[in-house]
Amino acid sequence: MQLQLMMSSGFSVFRVGISFVIMCSFYMPTVDSLLELSPQKYFSTLQPGKASLAYFCQADSPRTSVFLEELNEAVRPLQDYGISVAKVNCVKEEISRYCGKEKDLMKAYLFKGNILLREFPTDTLFDVNAIVAHVLFALLFNEVKYITNLEDLQNIENALKGKANIIFSYVRATGIPEHRAVMEAAFVYGTTYQFVLTTEIALLESLGSEDVEYAHLYFFHCKLVLDLTQQCRRTLMEQPLTTLNIHLFIKTMKAPLLTEVAEDPQQVSTVHLQLGLPLVFIVSQQATYEADRRTAEWVAWRLLGKAGVLLLLRDSLEVNIPQHANVVFKRAEKGVPVEFLVLHDVDLIISHVEHNTHIEEIQEDEDDDMEGPDIDDQDDEVAETVFRDRKRKLPLELTVELTEETFNATVTASDSIVLFYAGWQAVSMAFLQSYVDVAVKLKGTSTMLLTRINCADWSDVCTKQNVTEFPIVKMYKKGENPVSYAGMLGTKDLLKFIQLNRISYPVNITSIQEAEEYLSGELYKDLISYSSVSVLGLFSPTMTTAKEDFSEAGNYLKGYVITGIYSEEDVLLLSNKYAASLPALLLARHTEGKIESIPLANTHAEDIVQIVTDALLEMFPEITVENLPSYFRLQKPLLILFSDGSINPQYKKAILTLVKQKYLDSLTPCWLNLKNTPVGRRILRAYFDPLPPLPVLVLVNLHSGGQVFAFPSDQAIIEENLVLWLKKLEAGLENHITILPAQEWKPPLPAYDFLSMMDAATSQHSTRKIPKCMKETDVQENDKEQHEDKSAVRKEPIETLRIKHWNRSNWFKEAEKSFRHDKEL
Amino acid sequence: MGLSAAAPLWGPPGLLLAIALHPALSVPPRRDYCVLGAGPAGLQMAYFLQRAGRDYEVFERAPRPGSFFTRFPRHRKLISINKRYTGKANAEFNLRHDWNSLLSHDPRLLFRQYSRAYFPDARDMVRYLGDFADTLGLRVQYNTTIAHITLDKDRRAWNGHYFILTDQKGQVHQCSVLLVATGLSVPNQVDFPGSENVEGYESVSIDPEDFIGQNVLILGRGNSAFETAENILGVTNFIHMLSRSRVRLSWATHYVGDLRAINNGLLDTYQLKSLDGLLESDLRDLAILKDSKGKFHVTLKFFLEEASTNQSADAITLPQDDNDNFAMRVPYDRVIRCLGWNFDFSIFNKSLRLNSGNAFGKKYPLIRASYESKGSRGLFILGTASHSVDYRKSAGGFIHGFRYTVRAVHRLLEHRHHSVAWPATELPITQLTSSIVRRVNEASGLYQMFGVLADVILLKENAMAFEYLEEFPIQMLAQLETLTGRKARHGLFVINMEYGRNFSGPDKDVFFDDRSVGHTEDAWQSNFLHPVIYYYRYLPTGEQEVRFRPAHWPLPRPTAIHHIVEDFLTDWTAPIGHILPLRRFLENCLDTDLRSFYAESCFLFALTRQKLPPFCQQGYLRMQGLVSTESLRQHRVESRLLRDDAPMGRDLEDSSQHPGNQELLGAPLAPGPLAQSLDSNKEEL
Repeated sequence: MQLQLMMSSGFSVFRVGISFVIMCSFYMPTVDSLLELSPQKYFSTLQPGKASLAYFCQADSPRTSVFLEELNEAVRPLQDYGISVAKVNCVKEEISRYCGKEKDLMKAYLFKGNILLREFPTDTLFDVNAIVAHVLFALLFNEVKYITNLEDLQNIENALKGKANIIFSYVRATGIPEHRAVMEAAFVYGTTYQFVLTTEIALLESLGSEDVEYAHLYFFHCKLVLDLTQQCRRTLMEQPLTTLNIHLFIKTMKAPLLTEVAEDPQQVSTVHLQLGLPLVFIVSQQATYEADRRTAEWVAWRLLGKAGVLLLLRDSLEVNIPQHANVVFKRAEKGVPVEFLVLHDVDLIISHVEHNTHIEEIQEDEDDDMEGPDIDDQDDEVAETVFRDRKRKLPLELTVELTEETFNATVTASDSIVLFYAGWQAVSMAFLQSYVDVAVKLKGTSTMLLTRINCADWSDVCTKQNVTEFPIVKMYKKGENPVSYAGMLGTKDLLKFIQLNRISYPVNITSIQEAEEYLSGELYKDLISYSSVSVLGLFSPTMTTAKEDFSEAGNYLKGYVITGIYSEEDVLLLSNKYAASLPALLLARHTEGKIESIPLANTHAEDIVQIVTDALLEMFPEITVENLPSYFRLQKPLLILFSDGSINPQYKKAILTLVKQKYLDSLTPCWLNLKNTPVGRRILRAYFDPLPPLPVLVLVNLHSGGQVFAFPSDQAIIEENLVLWLKKLEAGLENHITILPAQEWKPPLPAYDFLSMMDAATSQHSTRKIPKCMKETDVQENDKEQHEDKSAVRKEPIETLRIKHWNRSNWFKEAEKSFRHDKEL
Repeated sequence: MGLSAAAPLWGPPGLLLAIALHPALSVPPRRDYCVLGAGPAGLQMAYFLQRAGRDYEVFERAPRPGSFFTRFPRHRKLISINKRYTGKANAEFNLRHDWNSLLSHDPRLLFRQYSRAYFPDARDMVRYLGDFADTLGLRVQYNTTIAHITLDKDRRAWNGHYFILTDQKGQVHQCSVLLVATGLSVPNQVDFPGSENVEGYESVSIDPEDFIGQNVLILGRGNSAFETAENILGVTNFIHMLSRSRVRLSWATHYVGDLRAINNGLLDTYQLKSLDGLLESDLRDLAILKDSKGKFHVTLKFFLEEASTNQSADAITLPQDDNDNFAMRVPYDRVIRCLGWNFDFSIFNKSLRLNSGNAFGKKYPLIRASYESKGSRGLFILGTASHSVDYRKSAGGFIHGFRYTVRAVHRLLEHRHHSVAWPATELPITQLTSSIVRRVNEASGLYQMFGVLADVILLKENAMAFEYLEEFPIQMLAQLETLTGRKARHGLFVINMEYGRNFSGPDKDVFFDDRSVGHTEDAWQSNFLHPVIYYYRYLPTGEQEVRFRPAHWPLPRPTAIHHIVEDFLTDWTAPIGHILPLRRFLENCLDTDLRSFYAESCFLFALTRQKLPPFCQQGYLRMQGLVSTESLRQHRVESRLLRDDAPMGRDLEDSSQHPGNQELLGAPLAPGPLAQSLDSNKEEL
């Protein structure tokens, strides 16, 4: 059943995928596939003033080639710029001068109207970026000046002073993506700004740029310059050269350098905020207005392209700002309150901005390998929280601290619980808090002595008690073997374990009346809040093996459930009353007030344990952090009703009815109360976007496939609708809303690669010190490479760049290599 | 008595005696294990054999254990520290600073119960060893000098032969395994002309009165030479000390066998121009001449050979005849030899092929890293005599070192002859970081026998569990599977303790600036003893890998290596400085996530992901999840945990702002699917 359900849903995924593909292939030809024309036909389509790129090729040439694929991809972007693209097939009948003589001399030609602007050998147009870049470059001949030396640049600069601003960019070569980005920007802004382009690295260097291996874009503020001897101010764009980044950069350049405002900074909004840049308000007063304005201008120039700068006139302001604050900082993120700062140095303003905007940069930067999480940062929630809590004093005095000397005497003198822990281990210390909570709750009421021993100090004692991992809780009772606690490491379950162990199991019931009191919950009134089920084994006095098995099971279950045994002569009275044939188990569910019987025939202890454990499961439980594991292990898809508060009785009834009608046998139906289990909201967020109104019913196939299906929120949760939905699910007619991610849990962050560091140090050392041995070292290094296994290096840790004794470029090479290895693996 | 005993010799009782004696002579008493010598190493081995219930016997020529210590050191002060207080309760840790105790389960048999002195008296050691043997009821046959040992080939024997031991009374003992713990008992003598004029350390007077106003020349520059000098420093005219190479200070070499600061008074007076002095020369080039007044002159062997035989001592050329400023031109009243000790090879028959080592280890028998003789299987060398394995490196020649190597040998034997695999603890992978942290912080064997004994972690399939083996002789790593009976099919870690590569040495300045490393990313440059963890994807079994390991590496080249940064307090439990980088290393070796999570997080993962991290799998899903308390939950909210967990943190903040109604519906959703926030492995997304 379950399998079928999942397989069909799997198919439905597949179907959706196919239909999508069909849709695309159906629509695409009309929009932007490459036109194929004969020369005559082609020239007839050329319109005056319109640009067109044509690739002339022999009719018998292969229908596909790398160039054609790239050309095909360029169709759409070029169309955006009003440039049509065609493939012209040179047939024998129509000889065109554009048709080359030989197959491999085919070229592409750019026409404007019917005027030939340029011809391109196909190797210039090596990919879609190159095609777009070169075509726009040819068309924007006037808007984008290509220069090769500083003199040309100075001439342009001088010519435009007081007239227009310049956008100067350097790219390593034409045709690369950065070149395309600049050309695309020039297409939009070419009339407003003079674009200047170079590929000469020397020119860039003469401007004093650093990191010349990357593309650069400068904004030359020439329009403001009135004195021709003065240089134009320059602003460097710091983001990588992409079309979007250039666009945003130009927009910030266009925005006014400094704005004066006299309103609540919280309410002020400028183009900067829309572009994700913060705002800096320089607070000014009448008295110091002139000086403040000069400061603000200076700051504005420094922050151009990084933040918007405003002059806030305090005197005409209606809202109050703190007395001493001279700078107000407003982040681009919505809903973040403004910060009032006291900064006495303009450099502090700059650095404050630079330190507080990096989050934005990361979001824009797709590689984001610049500012990853630090491998020295704690990412273990238990370790981190325990560390943060280290200074709080726990009421440890409520538990007895044992030592090597006192251990044996204590655990033999009284019934004791011992917590074995290690003071340096975070999980131990987290649990110690719960343990102390138990001690607080039991204070003065329990006969059980709560003790603890720090295995970091008393290692030998722990080893002797067979404790090799931490934390471990053991119960020592007189005359019994120590028992290890196997429940949740939390206050509630441990308290239950201790409370239930006040008596020994199975309880020997000696009269019918006592049995009835036991079953009704009267006998252990104070314990049934810890065990909602009481189990009673019924045996005739002669069934010794069955009794032994049951006793063993009862002993095994001690601390988790109440068990009792009745095997008096008059046991038949009970078995008749509850319609059980001996030997049998009676299960009294105290919350429901029900008693059921289960026959036991040749049932071994472990099977009895299993029967009781299964019987503890409810038909439609409220799922919680504590009880999920017991339902999880059934390996069935979960049908979860998320409810904000207690469940609507009608829904409960509907689902219980379905349970009784066996509709839900292949599922584990349950509900989740978001009030009791707030983490459930995060689960919903993983399933839904946006969140539907509550309650919501979902089916989560945790164990095979991870699909999540949602019961339609517009339908009422009633039996009929549910049955219908389940049937549709089974038939594969429902689409999942999401699939749970299936990836493995990999190392969250890389580790220091000390091996490479040691290698680098050695190789550096040996090459410097004994150049004679170069040859040998080389051999060694080759050898090393073969042996080297770089799995430990996942990502080049930025940290390592800090290391002093080390050649940086060498390390980069190593890191690159290792990165490659890793990918291949 | 004599008569009555003699008379029945001819009668029937004598015959009976003869019959009774006969089988005893032809089939000598056989033992599985024979231990030679009831010194510290012999008793230590006897202890382990006894605890394992093995058939063994110790032979000791003296009437009590530890006879060496009844005479030596001559000046009665042991230089093994007896550190009684460390401020820690951990008994295993405290053994790191107890250089005299043997290993046992009985806390009364700790040396600190026997002496209050930091450098204890040798008589206390004798008393201690006697008590150790008596209290534990070790089987020692005293007054039994084994005079000769031969081999008897027998295919039924464990090792294809028995060791036949003959004692001074002609009594023969047959042994399956022979454990030699006789120490170094023969004083080392260098042969040069005039060496008969030299007194030995073992017999020279220790009464300072005998040295008043004398010029003394001491040959040697070890602890015994300096100890001898120290004793007479105040009464002699001057002491000159002559040795082949420069003095090696143990605090510079980190080798306890080199000159200890407690003995170095002469260095002080030498460097403070108080007439005493140190000289370096090869003794074999020298000759000592006794002149007519009974004074000794140092000359060169070369001059002696030039001179004709009948020349009187006074006529032989002295170096100062040519070189009038020759350093040792004064005549000496006494020349004392303090040149150390050699192993006594004399009792071993050639058939045992027990040979001495190379030039450096001549005084030691040649053995493997498993302490088994290279010449005959089943013959093991224990104790001081086994120091060739780690001579001048670790502590294997001293009680605080060989007590562990003896245990290692015993474990090897238990597996070889009794099919008891090397003891190991199997633990789930979630305990991996903890088990390493525990050992590097308390293990004394790793600490004392750094570079020789190392812990080994053998991974189980899918790296979900591991076996932890303690103190394995790492030079035998290639044979780990056959020696221990454990399988290393799925990769392994080796935990070793190491000093910095270039830190130790006789000429090194160990007090240079920046000698200590504090940053975790510089941990590999740590100088002081610190834990180093090697990861091997496969057991390096090939001879290639082991033999051609990089120079100065104790182990073959690993797949990855981790150094836990050195710590001033040798306390490697700092959450960020020590444990976190270790966890990252282990995670990256095993390609998994070893973080611990609260039950609530596991619950979230269980319902939003198809796979769970090991901690949730092995804890939470088995109904043993870690439930967070309220105060820890608060910290979790504040910490925002990781940056890649940011949506999680933000979410928690939401809930903290509305404590009553936890989270408000319709609040802006955290961007991106939840999976992204919980797993930083972005490549897969």
